[in-house]
Amino acid sequence: MAQLETITHQVTLQKKTQKKKGIIHSLVHQRTYWIMLIPSFIFFILFAYLPMIGVYIAFTRYDYGAGIFGSKFIGFQNFEYLFGVGTEGGFWSSPIWMLTRNTLLYNLAILLLGTALQVVVAITLKELPSKKFRKSVQTAMFLPYFISFAVVGVIAYNLLSTHGFINTFLTSIGVDTVNFYQEPQYWPYIIVLFAIWKGLGYGTVVYFAALSGFDESVYEAAYIDGATLMQRIMHITLPLLRPTIIILTLFSLGGILKGQFDLFYNLVRDNSLLLPTTNIIDLFVYRAVAISPNIGLGSAAGFYQSLFGLVLVVLVNWVVKKIEPDNALF
Amino acid sequence: MMSQAVASKTKIKTEKTAILFYTIGFVVIGLLALACLLPFILVISGSLSNNAIISAEGYSLWPKGFTTYAYQTIFENAKTIINAYTITVLVTVVGTVIGVVTIAMTGFVLSRPDFQYRYGYSFFLYFTTLFSGGLIPWYIINTQVLHLKNSIWALILPSVMNAFFIFLFKNFMRAIPHDLVESARIDGASDFRIFSQIMMPLAKPAIATIALFTALHYWNDWFTASLLITEEDKHPLQFLLFRILSSASVVVDTSVIREEALPSETMKLAMAVITTGPVLLFYPFAQKYFVTGLTIGGVKG
Repeated sequence: MAQLETITHQVTLQKKTQKKKGIIHSLVHQRTYWIMLIPSFIFFILFAYLPMIGVYIAFTRYDYGAGIFGSKFIGFQNFEYLFGVGTEGGFWSSPIWMLTRNTLLYNLAILLLGTALQVVVAITLKELPSKKFRKSVQTAMFLPYFISFAVVGVIAYNLLSTHGFINTFLTSIGVDTVNFYQEPQYWPYIIVLFAIWKGLGYGTVVYFAALSGFDESVYEAAYIDGATLMQRIMHITLPLLRPTIIILTLFSLGGILKGQFDLFYNLVRDNSLLLPTTNIIDLFVYRAVAISPNIGLGSAAGFYQSLFGLVLVVLVNWVVKKIEPDNALF
Repeated sequence: MMSQAVASKTKIKTEKTAILFYTIGFVVIGLLALACLLPFILVISGSLSNNAIISAEGYSLWPKGFTTYAYQTIFENAKTIINAYTITVLVTVVGTVIGVVTIAMTGFVLSRPDFQYRYGYSFFLYFTTLFSGGLIPWYIINTQVLHLKNSIWALILPSVMNAFFIFLFKNFMRAIPHDLVESARIDGASDFRIFSQIMMPLAKPAIATIALFTALHYWNDWFTASLLITEEDKHPLQFLLFRILSSASVVVDTSVIREEALPSETMKLAMAVITTGPVLLFYPFAQKYFVTGLTIGGVKG
């Protein structure tokens, strides 16, 4: 029924778009529409499209005094440095490979473990027979989503500092304390745990919303046929949820080079002891502008990230189009 | 409703595996929920503890040597914190209002089937989610071209809207029949009047959702200030917290200098509680709008 409506809606849309009258006619007769678009037009030009032109900075030795187009053009030198061109180790020991590898591994771990946990929690919550329990659990799990990363930094410090909760606990059971802020090897686990912790409530809500949309008569039929709880989960819920999981995971893969900067920077700060295991592209770019300025190099890394990201999204969309054309972005 | 019916039926049948599943489910999920809450409890109890005992014995679940000393010290010299609160509230309110109005206008136009340029404009917006100049060009444009450095507008304008919220609003508007607009037009209403007096009241849930997402973003934003604001009297709450955590010297600036027993550890925690307080109080009531936002927005932007 809903599908029929959308089809007829689309047909009327097509009919309407067929009678095109040209932009002048539209500017005159639909001027209110155009006026209403002015603020967003200005915003996206200033804050999204002008910075795109600014990628030119990646090809310069940036000079604050001279500005974007006054700085010296140096071609691909910044990129050559990042990609280790001409160095002994070549690409595999270049900064960009280290950053890309770290970024990919972190995001993959967060994505896969996070998704698995969110799906398990959503399915379990749906089956548990207490609505009150579900509501309060969801509220509790959603809490970390609402707090700022600055507060996450405080929480991490409170747990991990030399006299933090974890070390207090270790002392109380007679184990030696760990100075986490000087031991880089623990941080991949710490960061992944915090990322999962922060995203659990949000992801659970998304999957729970998908689960709530399933046709209940299927479950009733299965129940009448004598399917057990585990059978219903394995043979109805999971197969129905699979497309959602796949699509959401694929789209997250499209953004896998980006993000989690807030989390990394608030946990690690300018602690160079931890950098070997925690440096990601976003952190590198941020440090290049805010901490030890190297504008050209940072822009080059950012440009690489954007371009590689664009390729990934296009690729992911192509895959989604193959499996689930309705969900493709473009 | 329906799932409850199914659930109650399964209860009657009481399969053995189901009972096991429920038991494990309640315990594991309960523990997970606790893990989400525990850090907050630790922060609050730490903020109410005696700094000297904390330094000697470490933190625990319950306040050690209960005292409100950390809060008192912060509020004794309340100028910094009140100033940061004012900045944050101002930025949040102004940013959210401008954001919601401009997002709604754009979303409304893009949802009109009689606007033939809607696909082109959508692409203009959508492309910004696919490709960006990156942080540094963004920074250079903001500081060197738009001269926003150290302006309060630097905290507002750069994140006032994004393509995702516009599409979310557009999707919501599309569900309202266009016939409503057509008939209002026949009655002689202008397009702007249709937008403000017919569509906006109908779009209240979408407006609430976007307003809350935007407000939360502004409230929690430390990042924009870290790059664009160097003058301390324009620092918002979260960046103040960020600075307090990163250096003890700031703590000395913001509080009355007491040579002995500076409550730096517990003060950090007290600051975290103070900056998050409004969000903690507000979010249980607001969370349903976030859920709506997630479901209307769906997978598609």
